Amino acid sequence: MTEKKDVTFEEAMKGLENIVEKLEEGDVPLEEAISFYKEGMKLSKLCHDKLSHVEAEMEQILKENGELESFQVQEDEA
Amino acid sequence: MSERRYLTVTALTKYIKRKFDVDPHLQDVWLKGEISNFKQHSRGHMYFTLKDQNARLQVVMFAGQNRNLAFKPQEGMKVLVRGEVTVYEANGSYQMYIKEMQPDGVGSLFLAYEELKKKLSQEGLFSSEYKKTLPKYPCAVGVITSPTGAAVRDIITTLKRRYPLTKIIVIPALVQGVNAAPSIVKAIQTANKMPDLDVLIVGRGGGSIEELWAFNEEVVAREIFASKLPIISAVGHETDFTIADFVADMRAPTPTAAAELAVPHINELMERLSDRKFRLHSASNKLMQHYKDRLTALQKSYAFRFPKNLYAQKQQDLDRTMDDLEAAMKRMVERKHVKWEQLAGLLARNHPKKQWEAEKLTLEQQTKLLTKQMQQTLQKKQWEFQHKISKMDALSPLKIMNRGYSLAYQEDGTIIKNVNQAEKGDTIQVHLQDGRLECEVQDVKERKGND
Repeated sequence: MTEKKDVTFEEAMKGLENIVEKLEEGDVPLEEAISFYKEGMKLSKLCHDKLSHVEAEMEQILKENGELESFQVQEDEA
Repeated sequence: MSERRYLTVTALTKYIKRKFDVDPHLQDVWLKGEISNFKQHSRGHMYFTLKDQNARLQVVMFAGQNRNLAFKPQEGMKVLVRGEVTVYEANGSYQMYIKEMQPDGVGSLFLAYEELKKKLSQEGLFSSEYKKTLPKYPCAVGVITSPTGAAVRDIITTLKRRYPLTKIIVIPALVQGVNAAPSIVKAIQTANKMPDLDVLIVGRGGGSIEELWAFNEEVVAREIFASKLPIISAVGHETDFTIADFVADMRAPTPTAAAELAVPHINELMERLSDRKFRLHSASNKLMQHYKDRLTALQKSYAFRFPKNLYAQKQQDLDRTMDDLEAAMKRMVERKHVKWEQLAGLLARNHPKKQWEAEKLTLEQQTKLLTKQMQQTLQKKQWEFQHKISKMDALSPLKIMNRGYSLAYQEDGTIIKNVNQAEKGDTIQVHLQDGRLECEVQDVKERKGND
């Protein structure tokens, strides 16, 4: 299977959960179990990297002309 | 002089209380005034004074009545109240027990609110079957509120703290005044056309009933219901409930709470991820152990623990088989030898030399006979040949013609043997030994017996 591009956190988490459930059923053939384990570790690392090294998304505001612009909240609220 | 009767304080107060309690005008009183000295008991009962320019009245609203208030009474607020006036005997003072209360000046708004609430509820807009599910891990959150103020700041701050992965897009809208409702409607419509949004937060900070009124407008309620994106309403304070709150897929008591409902907490995700990783390890190890146990069980079986026994058995089988093979080979060799000897004897008795000598003698005799026969045959053939040559020579037409005879032929080459084969006028050829004559028949005469 070709490497999936730009897997979202949700997809990776769901995939990992599916793999764990399959392995916990306990009747998986040996080679398939090894394959599942490798895939599970890969997904686990992907999720962890996303949570640990995430660059915060800049918030944006929608303009009258329909374009998005960077938005900064006024911090000087008294 | 007549005797004066003296009453007790209790007796007088009871008399006055009974007068109040039986007065129909005091059983259902509608009153308006300003709230002061407001206190809310820990058990929920409210105690305050209603006053105007010239007088004040002690007021009680028990928890049973004030539990469903749609607003929070505040010091200085002008209110409309309904209840009964009676006497509090302990104090000897008259007071009012309130059953209903609403802000003054917005009575008509409250009536409109209740009517709309009833109408939309009957239409099913509040029904839980239409509530959309919020996404667990939204990629982008749309925030519909005023771009200035505490609400937008609280929402954004909370979203970023809990779940930095999500994108935040502010879709600005008026949240107060006559133009607020259309502005909110337009913002919701715009948000539903944006491809990346997963969930919407619609709301504003706390305020008076008039300030929150946009979120009680029917057009806003219907647009929230029609939205394809799930909507979290975040209007006002804890105790405020707007129509928008009833229609929304999820109601949050404050803007901050709305942000908390919209996204998961990153620490929870870390914990869940650790749990999945642990379970992945556990399940894999358990499975590997299962296969390992099966392997160990096989290794402990009789065949593996005592391989030499199996080997010895096979060795013994092999020896027996080899012995059998050797014996069989020996018997076969002996049988072959016996047969060979028999054939050798037979061969000796029929030595071909004698036969050869006999055949040689026969050959010599036959050869002589053949030579003689051949010579005789040859002579005979020569004689026959000479005879035929002579006979053929005698019959040769050239020899006959050599004596002057000729042959006549028709035009088609057929030899003429009798006169009937020709007619007068026919052209015939007459062949002689040195050439031929071209002739024309002038007359045909057949030879008769005496002619």
